[in-house]
Amino acid sequence: MADGAPPIPPPIAMLAELTHRCPLSCPYCSNPVDLARREAELSTEDWAGVFRQAAALGVLQVHLSGGEPASRRDLAQIVAAAREAGLYVNLITSGVGLTEDRLTEIIAAGVDHIQLSVQGTKAETADRVGGYRGGFAKKMEIAEAIARAGVALTLNVVMHRHNLGELPEVFDLAERQAARRVEIACVQFQGWALENRAVLQPTRAQVDEAKRLVAEARVARAGKLVIDFVPPDYYADLPKACMGGWGSTGLNIAPDGAVLPCHAAQTIPGMQFANVRDLPLTEIWYRGPAFAAFRGTGWMPEPCRSCDRREVDFGGCRCQALAVLGDASAPDPVCRRTEGRTRLDQLLMAEGNAPDLEAARWRRIGG
Amino acid sequence: MIPVLPRGVRLHWDGVRATHVLLAPERTLMLDEIGHAILSRVDGLTPLSALAAGLAADFEAPIEEVEPDVTEFLQGLARERLVDLNG
Repeated sequence: MADGAPPIPPPIAMLAELTHRCPLSCPYCSNPVDLARREAELSTEDWAGVFRQAAALGVLQVHLSGGEPASRRDLAQIVAAAREAGLYVNLITSGVGLTEDRLTEIIAAGVDHIQLSVQGTKAETADRVGGYRGGFAKKMEIAEAIARAGVALTLNVVMHRHNLGELPEVFDLAERQAARRVEIACVQFQGWALENRAVLQPTRAQVDEAKRLVAEARVARAGKLVIDFVPPDYYADLPKACMGGWGSTGLNIAPDGAVLPCHAAQTIPGMQFANVRDLPLTEIWYRGPAFAAFRGTGWMPEPCRSCDRREVDFGGCRCQALAVLGDASAPDPVCRRTEGRTRLDQLLMAEGNAPDLEAARWRRIGG
Repeated sequence: MIPVLPRGVRLHWDGVRATHVLLAPERTLMLDEIGHAILSRVDGLTPLSALAAGLAADFEAPIEEVEPDVTEFLQGLARERLVDLNG
């Protein structure tokens, strides 16, 4: 730590990517394009050890994700181990691959909250986007089972040009499925989504309409449904604080045990990631070079370094700077105060011609 | 009105930061002493008025000041679906 730098806070949340295996093949998956295979995955005992270390480090919430976490047969044991470690357990699932029996096991193991993803509000769109026929019907069965069990449910919908038209129905679906929250996340262009950016990028008109509908629904459904909306980055004027600031509030564990400052960090050339198989998590968080690389404000170039927002957005998303400008240490090109914005605007113009969804590259292992 | 913490929302002692927290879906609220004193009395059985009266007695504060504050605090959480106010 440089002299005068503020102390490093302990992390609050941890994303545990239990596996990259998934029955769906959504073309916007946030997983890396080079997916980990089953043989590389951490064992049940490895995960239990990681949870104990994470809780001791200060993590309060663990998000069990993937891939599809239900692709792991030991999911209930993993949930139990996380609860035993003292963590609040969120399960982030597509619902496909879960049966009502397995759901019962997971609930008995102590899951606190389930976030269920849907790819649209109609079977036709949702199954087309997920590349899995019958997926939507299965999700609805699982949503009903979750509601019957009384477990807290959030419905998560990733939105893009091909399903934004269904936004009005998203709120109704969430209330019908007894969800207390709905997360409407416009595609973030990392991983597979970056490969398919031109296919998925919404139009300006769609984004404006989405914002209007969200504002209206927040008023109409106040106290019933909490609506989280993540607008699409490229149409914003100022960047978001990625991960609440690099290495400040959260960390990710990849299926093979690599510890990442964010889920897309592996795209950054030359960055080395320590593994929970080799080093204690505390050591990795406080002294790991990957976490130190973009923590705080010391790494910043101008105009970030002297910007009044430097501790608001922390320079935005490093992986986005890399994806758009080819330089992970450049300011996030979303920012209108930076030169890189010109490049982003060129991309929006060039990609406005909307290839059909059929042109997408579908997610698969070894793809 | 009877406040209750819905399933998926629970109090937790954060030993690392030495503070009480409220854990909820995608939310973590760090609680001060008053916030914790209120929420630790939310048991799904005690009406809001009785809960406020108990706090007023324990903190030796006038009920006419305590009750509106407690109501506002819990209604704020209810808007975010972190507390349900039944009846």
